[in-house]
Amino acid sequence: MTIKEIQEEIVDEFSMFDDWMQRYEYIIELGKSLPLIDEQYKVEDNIIKGCQSKVWVHGEEKDGKIIFTADSDAILTKGIIAILIRAFSNQSPKDILDANTDFIDEIGLKEHLSPTRANGLVSMIKQIKMYALAFQAKQ
Amino acid sequence: MFDVQKVRADFPILTQKVNGKPLVYFDNGATSQKPQVVIDAISKYYSEINANIHRGVHTLSQLATDAYEVSRNTIQNHLNAKHNHEIIFTSGTTFGINLVANGFASLLKAGDEVMVSALEHHSNIVPWQFLCEKTGAKLVVIPINEKGELILSEFDNLLSEKTKIVTVNHISNALGTVNPIEYIIKKAHGVGAAVLIDGAQATPHLRPDVQALDCDFYVFSGHKVCGPTGVGILYGKEEWLRKLPPYQGGGEMIAEVTFEKTTYADLPHKFEAGTPNIEGGIVLGTAIDYMNEIGFENIAAYEQELLDYGTKRLQEIEGLTIYGTSENKASVISFNIDGIHPYDIGTIIDKLGIAVRTGHHCAQPIMNFFNIPGTIRASFAFYNTKEEIDIFVEAVKKAKMMLS
Repeated sequence: MTIKEIQEEIVDEFSMFDDWMQRYEYIIELGKSLPLIDEQYKVEDNIIKGCQSKVWVHGEEKDGKIIFTADSDAILTKGIIAILIRAFSNQSPKDILDANTDFIDEIGLKEHLSPTRANGLVSMIKQIKMYALAFQAKQ
Repeated sequence: MFDVQKVRADFPILTQKVNGKPLVYFDNGATSQKPQVVIDAISKYYSEINANIHRGVHTLSQLATDAYEVSRNTIQNHLNAKHNHEIIFTSGTTFGINLVANGFASLLKAGDEVMVSALEHHSNIVPWQFLCEKTGAKLVVIPINEKGELILSEFDNLLSEKTKIVTVNHISNALGTVNPIEYIIKKAHGVGAAVLIDGAQATPHLRPDVQALDCDFYVFSGHKVCGPTGVGILYGKEEWLRKLPPYQGGGEMIAEVTFEKTTYADLPHKFEAGTPNIEGGIVLGTAIDYMNEIGFENIAAYEQELLDYGTKRLQEIEGLTIYGTSENKASVISFNIDGIHPYDIGTIIDKLGIAVRTGHHCAQPIMNFFNIPGTIRASFAFYNTKEEIDIFVEAVKKAKMMLS
């Protein structure tokens, strides 16, 4: 599936919920299913400091695509990372660079990606794009 | 007689809804809400007397200058300072600390010591680190115990002739501990050290008497005492303020300027370069008057009730740990729930209309001491109620259920 198709699928899933509590409960569930970063990559270099919650992210190239793994010490942050990784992992560097995160707005989580929200997610998206840029340069 | 409902009616923001729920504002440690008299005073200043101060001969400038100086006198009386020129308007606590730390650069030499405590806010750590880098002085830290109290025997041991200044907060922002500053001031003076008290978290709860305390400097922020943001106070004993060099150069702080030499204005203007926050300075006086009308004895007694009630109610929650368990505490409860990140709880209860602070509270050394990433901090003001505490406790329980 393309990034766009995955994003539409996620928006579709979230449209089933009619209040914030159900949405948040689902995010918490997703957080538990996040493809976790290998302990060896959970190092200072891979940590994104967001003031409040910590985020680790790691990218690996496989057959021209980037596989992302990640973790966070806060479960809501983890859930949102899981959503982002579902959209961006296993995609080509070019597609990752071309994609945007507008779908987060559509599922009512815009505030979590606000630059003023000290949770590390904004820096994480930057990091995902940096990986894509670095792998593209290598190709 | 203190009537909380009557007090709440003074604060228009308290009727707001947040995320569709009535606002429960428990982030008073970060900033206080503003009563209508303060909001009106801001508007009145700009509508009626806005002009630059200490300069013009015209009527408006005189009116604005008078109002600004009346406010300085109000604050002098409030702190019981000996002279009104010991009251310096600043932009806030951080600026006041930086002003003093910068001034001490001319008084310290390598080998001297600057003493801070492990309970300090970053803004009462970093300026002193700058000072130490500049002068070669050493930063010495008073440690804390498990209750979040300063260990006074360690303080006694650390204090020596080398200590030139001791700088501690009156009340800890992260834990709410009220520090025994009377003891610290007396002991520090015994070795000839100056003492700066960071009163940012104390001034919303009590009325400090700087002469009785005998501190050399006392700093606080306007926005935490129902006043506007961007204004604060540095109180300094006259002898110290004369000893310190000016911090910033500019208009207002000079007596005479030629390209060969500039002489400085007398106190307090020596430290008030440039056009100040005139509206903020004037309205800070209004805010202090308002709080004195409520009465700090009433505020202290009522907030103690809120603290006791909030502590008792939160302790009902299994797996909840309160950080900062000193018997002498302001109305601040910092806590965590086992296995749950404070950020997650803060985010969920925000959805329920509750404003608390989560994170390290700009006091990372304290978080490192307890080996935690941060806490959830509920800080109560005199306009909060027990009913709000009930709503808050239910919200925390709900968040805990969702997150565990």
